[in-house]
Amino acid sequence: MNKKIPLIQVDNLKKYYPIKGGIITHVTGNIHAVDDVSFSIAEGETLGLVGESGCGKSTIGRQLVGLETPTEGKIYYEGNDLSALKKKEMQQIRTQLQMVFQDPYSSLNPRKHIFEILSQPMLYHHISTKETIEKDLERLLDMVGLPKHVLGRYPHEFSGGQRQRIGIAKALSLNPKFIVCDEPVSALDVSIQAQILNLLKSLQKELHLTLLFVGHGLGAVNYVSDRIAVMYLGKIVEIGEAKEIFRHPMHPYTQALIEAVPIPDPEEKDRKKKFLTGEIGDSANPPAGCRFHPRCPYAKPECSAQVPELLELAGYPGHFAACPVMAGRQKAEGVGGTAAATGAGKKGGH
Amino acid sequence: MQKKVTQEAGKKKPQAAVNESYLQTVFRRFRRHRLALVSLVVLAVLVGAALLAPWIAPYDPNAIVGPFSGAPTVQNWLGTDQIGRDVLSRLLYAMRISLLVGVLATLISTVIGVVLGLIAGYFGGIADMLIMRFTDMVMSFPYILLVLVAAAIFRPGLWNIILILGFVDWPGIARLVRGNVLSLRETNFVKGNLVAGMPVRHILFSEILPNTVAPILVYATSVLALSMLDEAALSFLGLGVQPPTSSLGNMLNGAQSLTVLTKQPWLWIPAGLLIVILVMAINFIGDALRDALDPNSR
Repeated sequence: MNKKIPLIQVDNLKKYYPIKGGIITHVTGNIHAVDDVSFSIAEGETLGLVGESGCGKSTIGRQLVGLETPTEGKIYYEGNDLSALKKKEMQQIRTQLQMVFQDPYSSLNPRKHIFEILSQPMLYHHISTKETIEKDLERLLDMVGLPKHVLGRYPHEFSGGQRQRIGIAKALSLNPKFIVCDEPVSALDVSIQAQILNLLKSLQKELHLTLLFVGHGLGAVNYVSDRIAVMYLGKIVEIGEAKEIFRHPMHPYTQALIEAVPIPDPEEKDRKKKFLTGEIGDSANPPAGCRFHPRCPYAKPECSAQVPELLELAGYPGHFAACPVMAGRQKAEGVGGTAAATGAGKKGGH
Repeated sequence: MQKKVTQEAGKKKPQAAVNESYLQTVFRRFRRHRLALVSLVVLAVLVGAALLAPWIAPYDPNAIVGPFSGAPTVQNWLGTDQIGRDVLSRLLYAMRISLLVGVLATLISTVIGVVLGLIAGYFGGIADMLIMRFTDMVMSFPYILLVLVAAAIFRPGLWNIILILGFVDWPGIARLVRGNVLSLRETNFVKGNLVAGMPVRHILFSEILPNTVAPILVYATSVLALSMLDEAALSFLGLGVQPPTSSLGNMLNGAQSLTVLTKQPWLWIPAGLLIVILVMAINFIGDALRDALDPNSR
């Protein structure tokens, strides 16, 4: 990956939200939404970002498209530092970074019909002209599988799945190279989820898009992603090839997430599942050392003392995990990982 | 894939009447309020009468056409006032003035309120703080006193009263708009347009403002009724519209004496009744609009 500049490169990204309080309003603390995160996405690749609610995954997505500015750290797009760009240069790059939102019910202006919603940004950015706009919109709707007569309708006349298709069309309308999909299917019926996931997958291939797919369930994320990053309380705890993550989950949190993926097999229902206990920690006051240690079944005393670093696993290039305890076990048992890991990996590999 | 979509669309059809435009929906919901429908008719008749005053008024409103304080007769349906002018003619012209004051004052305060509310809500920070503290100041000031002082300083008169009322009625609208903008600013469709690189003017006036028109309209009806009442109160006190121009308020001025109140009811009952009817009709219409424009009602 070092040969080429990755499309997106994130270096030591941090986002703190100040907590204000006191009699005279002042900052009393910080919410550590994203705390020192680095990763890169190659062109044409889909990176899945998973973690439970409140772990900062959506915040990363919003920072990548410029909806929020990082507290610290840099975001590079095609090698350009986004924060150092001038307004005009940003305007040009902006259209190349688009977003599909989680809730399709609030992502379309209820007072406008679909024609207005889709055409206004295209006309403003001179991607289309008044003469060609109808043809362009038809082509766009065809890409997301909608008939052209939807143009004269209002958003409330559509179902969630159709709205999400319109949302995707809106993101595609500016010919972006990179799209952040912020939990695009979690507000939809299960039957529609698969359709939207398939649509995203085929569009990604067809248009050679680069995606950051944010989700909280490993199932959907695994389906569309080439690589997966697992986040816990503002930090990436494990990152690697999607298959690799499922086959050899190294971090205990990743293992727990894979355990939680339901398996459609009645004979499996008696299998003992180890579910996580406890709540996700307080992001205003994260646990010292490894942030996962209060819930970790393998926690050792040193886990609360030192913040573990993301380290490449021996024998698995491109697979990084932030858990020295498990890495030590792996070394002791030899390549193949722990028993729990292989068990889960087998099921997830379907 | 296309087949699936049409299936989805087909399933939805029975739920809502298809292809009903927004205005049609609003009118359908509005019609359910009988009182508001009646109010609308009453208001239309009164506004029509006021607009057509020069043609339908039996006499020149300032001409002396009968005895002093004459009781109603066939010639003067509502009698004559203290100096012999026809009450009905004056009433028609008074309604023009009162409606003019109400509508213009509401227009001024709505424009001020919307602009300040949009700025405060969207940009936040220091602009928000300054604007909202100023709003609080105007709001907490004794209303009628402020108007009295202003009326005393700027010389009472029709245009001054319009300006004064316009400049004291806006805080409510500013707060309303600011609140709406604060929540709309966080919606996904606004964020989506930010990501799409749309300019601020597009986001403010094309995305946010249309979504807050309904509550503004409802609020404006109550401001309209209130400013007409304020005009009447000021004119009644002699600080509003100055004679010989008639307004509903200064026609009540005569009712300050006990003789008029008890012995000559034609001098004040019609004007008083008209104020009550106008204000009530406007308020009923505003109430029905609130329901009709609410996207959550069916």
